[in-house]
Amino acid sequence: MTVLAWRKGKSAGMTLLMALFTLAVLIPLVLIFIHIIKMGFSSINLDFFLQIPKPTGETGGGMANGLAGSAILITLASLLGIPVGIFGAIYLTEYGGGRFSDLIRFCADVLSGIPSIITGMVAYTLLVVPLKGFSALAGAFALSLIMIPIVLRTTEEQLKLVPGTLREASLALGIPLWRTTLKVTLRSALTGVITGILLSIARVAGETAPLLFTALGNQFWSRKLTEPIAAMPLQIFSFAISPYDDWHRLAWAGALVLVTIMFGLSLAARYFGRSRQSGN
Amino acid sequence: MIDDDVGVAEEPVLREIETTGWEIKKRLSGDNIFKWMTFLFAFSVLAILLLMVVEMVEESLLSMDKFGWGFITGQDWDAVQESFGALPFIWGSVVTSILALLLATPLSVGTALFITEIVPKKAGGVVASLVELLAAIPSVIYGLWGVLVMAPWVQRSVGPFLIDHLGFLPFFKGPAYGVGILAAVFILMIMVVPIITSITKEVILAVPQSQREAAIALGATRWEMLRIAVLPYGKSGILGAVILGLGRAIGETMAVTMVIGNTPQIFTSLLAPGYTMPSVIANEFAEASSNLHSAALMEIGLILLVVTLIINSLARLLIWSVTRGERGGNVI
Repeated sequence: MTVLAWRKGKSAGMTLLMALFTLAVLIPLVLIFIHIIKMGFSSINLDFFLQIPKPTGETGGGMANGLAGSAILITLASLLGIPVGIFGAIYLTEYGGGRFSDLIRFCADVLSGIPSIITGMVAYTLLVVPLKGFSALAGAFALSLIMIPIVLRTTEEQLKLVPGTLREASLALGIPLWRTTLKVTLRSALTGVITGILLSIARVAGETAPLLFTALGNQFWSRKLTEPIAAMPLQIFSFAISPYDDWHRLAWAGALVLVTIMFGLSLAARYFGRSRQSGN
Repeated sequence: MIDDDVGVAEEPVLREIETTGWEIKKRLSGDNIFKWMTFLFAFSVLAILLLMVVEMVEESLLSMDKFGWGFITGQDWDAVQESFGALPFIWGSVVTSILALLLATPLSVGTALFITEIVPKKAGGVVASLVELLAAIPSVIYGLWGVLVMAPWVQRSVGPFLIDHLGFLPFFKGPAYGVGILAAVFILMIMVVPIITSITKEVILAVPQSQREAAIALGATRWEMLRIAVLPYGKSGILGAVILGLGRAIGETMAVTMVIGNTPQIFTSLLAPGYTMPSVIANEFAEASSNLHSAALMEIGLILLVVTLIINSLARLLIWSVTRGERGGNVI
């Protein structure tokens, strides 16, 4: 009986250990959130959304140019990344099959695992060097390279879920395959596709490394897409490593806003994902 | 609307007569144009990947010619003398990533087991979505928290504690600056835990129920059931998750750059500052002083790219082998 007692004790001990590990995983999460919320709320004010950063030594200022810059960068990146992702996925599910499609899937997976700083270096050689300057265009290009594999793989998963009978019904009515794909297949997977798009936007909204030597950042407003442009993550980075308390304050406020935007996007994505599930 | 496919049903003789007109029409039909357009977009993914590798190789040729294989073992990093060696950065990346994984793996596997096998489904789901929240936080915010909250804590509490009690070991020597290898290891650990946990969770869920039942029927306790039935079955998948975490840790840039101290040296003490491959690129690439300097940074990027390509391919294959391509294909 002592052996059994020991075995049972060991099982209980391991269960306790697993519970402790779970707790250890959750503690940093809780701490990070507490700090972002506490420091963020105590630092944020209306100026944060309306003003650009003040020169060193002056108090106040905000991240208005960073907010606008991030919005511009994400919009441009979406214009490039979303069509490539969606139409690429359509090829894989509607026309593809065989080795070539597997190769594309594999490439997309590999691409999504490449460190984002390398994406930035490639965008630098492809766009910053030829255009002779850091620019919003180069930044958006780097971000779109990160979006493409995410949109492609999530769209593909969603298109695969559309029943074949739906396509057949449309084709039987004499509707050409391309119209069937756009109006029937893609449409019935739309909410899932939007979920993927929102998730990819949430992902690139926080990306800093690919922007370091493409968009570069800007203390002021940018007038052209061929100029360096400010972005929220870049500003948070440079303020966080600065020695000034006032800039740390701005960085915390920026972190709060960025996290809020990203969780808003994730929640929206989940909402779309759920409405699709209940719809079926 | 006239559909082109109607042509197929026509008499063969008729088709022969009209063949040229029909062929042109078919080639220009919406279906064909659409098919080739989607093909082009799908192909662009492959093209992007190839372009990335080609560009990185091409841009680092200058440094490869000058330093050869000595680049990997060189310890100098001097932009003024134009003498570049990558060893301090490779050392920093390897040590921080491996230590972070050594800490993160038991935590992640324990958490994944706890939320799938022990607690009720709903409670497990809550913890799982909290862990996924951790994965969604941008790297720069981890860095902000790391440099303003965690590094001071390491300097005040953890560092002095380690020096007092384990100071006789070479790994815990010297003053605690706060920023340094230990801080980087902690931040990387926090960042890779969600990845390993969520994939391990999927792998454990893919273990057939009959495996568990068989172990229980033989009289195994809960832990014995997990140890003899669940973990061995998911072994390669969990290994894949850990390797994927390694890929993430090696490529992690912003958070590490902000807390590691950015000093190129071959450190032995974990309290000393160091440098990693992505950090040196992040700090120096935009202001590279010469062509050779930027080529050397490009070569570091190339090493990083090759290492992550190998790591990621390996991880995908391992995860696919367990989850049979159903869930492993998700982009993480």
